[in-house]
Amino acid sequence: MLRKIRLTLAVIFFTCITLLFLDFTGTLHTWLGWMAKIQFLPAVLALNVIVIIALIALTLLFGRIYCSIICPMGVMQDIMARIGNWFKPKSKRKLPYSYSPAKTWLRYGVLALFIIALIAGVGSFVALLAPYSSFGRIASNLLQPIWIAGNNVLAYFAEKAESYSFYHVDTWIKSLPTFIIAAVTFIVVFILAARNGRTYCNTICPVGTVLGFLAKFSWFKPVIDPDKCIQCGKCSKKCKAACIDYKAFQFDYSRCVTCGNCIVACSSDALHYQHITKDQQVHLVEAAKANAEKIAKREAAKAERQAKNAEGKEKVDDAKRSVLTATALLATASLAKAQEKLDDDIIKMDGGYADIIEKKAPKRLTGITPPGSKSAKNMYSHCTACQLCVAECPNGVLRPSTDLMKLMQPVASFEIGYCRPECNRCSQVCPAGAIKPISIEERSSTQVGHAVWIRDLCIPIADGQSCGNCSRHCPTGAIQMVLSNPDDPRSLEIPVVDEERCIGCGACENLCPARPLSAIYVEGHEVHRVI
Amino acid sequence: MKKIHTINRRDFLKTLGISATSAVTLASCSSEKDKKVDPNSTYTGPIPTDKMTYRSFAATGEDKVSLLGYGCMRWPNLDKPAADGNPLDQEQVNKLVDYAIEHGVNYFDTSPVYCQGWSERVTGNALKRYPREKYYVATKMSNFFVNPNMTPQESFRRSVGMYEKSKADLQVDYIDYYLLHSVGGGTDPIADFNTRFVNNGLIDYLMKEREAGRIRHLGFSFHGAVELFDYLLSKQDEYHWEFVQIQMNYLDWKHAKENNRRNVNAEYLYTELEKRNIPAVIMEPLLGGRLSRVPDHVVRRFKQQSPESSVASWAFRYCGSATNILTVLSGMTYMEHLQDNIRSFAPLVPLTEEEKQFLYDTADIMMQYPTIPCNDCKYCMPCPYGLDIPAILLHYNKCVNEGNVPKNRQDPNYVKARRAFLVGYDRSVEKLRQANHCTGCNQCSPHCPQNIRIPQQLERIDKFIEQLKQNTL
Repeated sequence: MLRKIRLTLAVIFFTCITLLFLDFTGTLHTWLGWMAKIQFLPAVLALNVIVIIALIALTLLFGRIYCSIICPMGVMQDIMARIGNWFKPKSKRKLPYSYSPAKTWLRYGVLALFIIALIAGVGSFVALLAPYSSFGRIASNLLQPIWIAGNNVLAYFAEKAESYSFYHVDTWIKSLPTFIIAAVTFIVVFILAARNGRTYCNTICPVGTVLGFLAKFSWFKPVIDPDKCIQCGKCSKKCKAACIDYKAFQFDYSRCVTCGNCIVACSSDALHYQHITKDQQVHLVEAAKANAEKIAKREAAKAERQAKNAEGKEKVDDAKRSVLTATALLATASLAKAQEKLDDDIIKMDGGYADIIEKKAPKRLTGITPPGSKSAKNMYSHCTACQLCVAECPNGVLRPSTDLMKLMQPVASFEIGYCRPECNRCSQVCPAGAIKPISIEERSSTQVGHAVWIRDLCIPIADGQSCGNCSRHCPTGAIQMVLSNPDDPRSLEIPVVDEERCIGCGACENLCPARPLSAIYVEGHEVHRVI
Repeated sequence: MKKIHTINRRDFLKTLGISATSAVTLASCSSEKDKKVDPNSTYTGPIPTDKMTYRSFAATGEDKVSLLGYGCMRWPNLDKPAADGNPLDQEQVNKLVDYAIEHGVNYFDTSPVYCQGWSERVTGNALKRYPREKYYVATKMSNFFVNPNMTPQESFRRSVGMYEKSKADLQVDYIDYYLLHSVGGGTDPIADFNTRFVNNGLIDYLMKEREAGRIRHLGFSFHGAVELFDYLLSKQDEYHWEFVQIQMNYLDWKHAKENNRRNVNAEYLYTELEKRNIPAVIMEPLLGGRLSRVPDHVVRRFKQQSPESSVASWAFRYCGSATNILTVLSGMTYMEHLQDNIRSFAPLVPLTEEEKQFLYDTADIMMQYPTIPCNDCKYCMPCPYGLDIPAILLHYNKCVNEGNVPKNRQDPNYVKARRAFLVGYDRSVEKLRQANHCTGCNQCSPHCPQNIRIPQQLERIDKFIEQLKQNTL
């Protein structure tokens, strides 16, 4: 029963939270956004006291059910473990695991490093270890493209059928380092989970370590009744957390994720999810002592027999270590095709298209963070790099940073689209308080940067053609057109920026016809302000 | 465009008023006439190969031109241009030309600038597989590059170069119909005409070529200002225009001026030519499809009148019914267009006076729709900033016709229409070629034969789209 409830809830949570990352239409977060907000680390970073207290209370009451139900990384590992089981020899498929002692030094070592990084503000290290962020990266980098590809197939047929129910969505690798990190995380976690269940949760995951510490004191726990136990060891071999030392009738509660698999596995009704009284505790210890003696005797006899037979083979236990490394970015030198020069002897023919050179991002002195993020510092200290905002951005503006200090945290750039005035979706989904919820009206008056004009690239100067596309599309009217030569009333007009009114939305930069570099671009502000 | 034609053969003959000769064939299938579909029906039967209507020069009886002329401006494209840059699908073009000639079409109209400059070459490739006397080829002096700053010698040299290249590309020794391409534009149309053709001595050269037989007939194609049209006709004694190409259809007959004050109603153009016995060649009989892609209730109106004929066939019969006409040009991209048009002209069933009135009334209804008069001729292209101008305008028109251009958010249809407009927009026009990239440089507008103020229209459409996107309509 316990296991069935756990399974049902886990499937619901996992499906919904995955959908939250896949959804590009901006409809689901209204219903499912809270699921990201109750994740442990985002709640801590957002200083969401209610959620933190609730999660602590939950763990103190029931143990680490957070890891079995709420955490998508945890549930994903259970799925991976099931898949891994298909490839195991038949004999091991039913009872695939075994008890192993806790790697306490590793767990607390990683946790200590994590806390130091958190306090020192090494965001990229924090993001690398946080379980929810890791899952988010996997979902947005590996799963969302597949989801979108499926959508695009439907859109293709919808177009054939003159239906508007599906529309095509572009998908691309938004940042190569982040993509590689997501892929490597996925592969490493898959191997760990497929072979030994919850190794990641009980060695690397800092949230798992913290909750594990709390779970030692939880009110309800799975308990072995030594009077009923027949020492078959099924529970231990079923335990994906490798935390049941059945010979000692002991659980390592810091590693137990309360999945209930052991209870189902027990054929002699010796396992129960219950509260342990002090008396029971004493009884357990005594029983364990007795059992240890029994086993010692048996072992001695066995050793004698074995010594007679042959030399025993030593089993070497490999310590599995996994190191996640960020790979350096491959510089993609895009060979910008030079705009074909029109030979003056060539006659203007009808039809055809002019080549469009791909836009290049300008070198910004200060990066742009989305409206709602308050300041670069706020973003830096709160963001868990879960990629939810990046997956949500419908305009192709947000992408993971490649800057080593804020690796994978969102930055804005306007080569594909710009921060549209009717959109505040990133602020609505952020669970960590890195982008605070912001209304459309606030968003339209929040200055995240300002436009900078580059004279030499501007169409009236460079091509001698009238333009003004930046001015026409500026949502705040911050760009006006003035004469390029004040003495000649017939001279072409050039844009001028009122930096006080500019909100840094990037409409001008994105729609500027100058390519590959725009003649007007946005320089980010360290601290946002309302104008 | 889907065309389904199933007129009962009897009805059709009744309309024709022919009886005696066909009576025998009619009798042969009369016994089962009520049950069986007539295998020889004009609309469901095979497309006739021997019934094309032909026209000749009334004065001399010269030439025998098929009433359906092939416009070579809209040849089918390859998915990707060939290695030499040729964007056209030669194989498909050959098929279309073969079919056209087999069914009696013999007039092919092209220009050095059509299809990114490849039309003449591709048309020539298709036609050279036939004996020269089997077809008439029309092409044009498209010397739009001439400007007042160019020396007359330079402009003459380049223009004649263009003429010679036309013959080389078409792979012919003589051109049957040669036109001064699209006269009537510019801020001063008469001065513009003189710059292009008179001051540099080009017109004298072309008239000499006519005398030499390398140009069989000389004429001009006209768009734009009426004063130039009048001026050129007043010089008839000097130039002896043998034909004039004009834009005519039941909408432009009386409404051309309403789209743009600079345009001239077809009624005037046609009447003036008829007075002088100069035959007209008709272009844009279907307005680039604007007269076949019409709002639902206009389709109903047509189909009510004749359920089995296509909407497009009305436009073609309208033009064909005018007598002072040599040929009606249609830029047929698809085989189905060609087949439908052949049915319309093989043979032509002239419109009755009532039917003509019906079309004029329909035109009045159509004029109430705020479509943009773009005929997808692509003269404005390529836009130097990469926009796909015709695709934007066509998408807008499509939405106008389908009722997907809501007036405001209170519109009962608003949510559906908004989605159809925005999703359809991304489908019809690549994102980087959409209206919001227009710089307003206005290099396109002077090329537009319909005198559309393109940047203004694009800006208007872009503003509308912004309102849809922001939900502030």
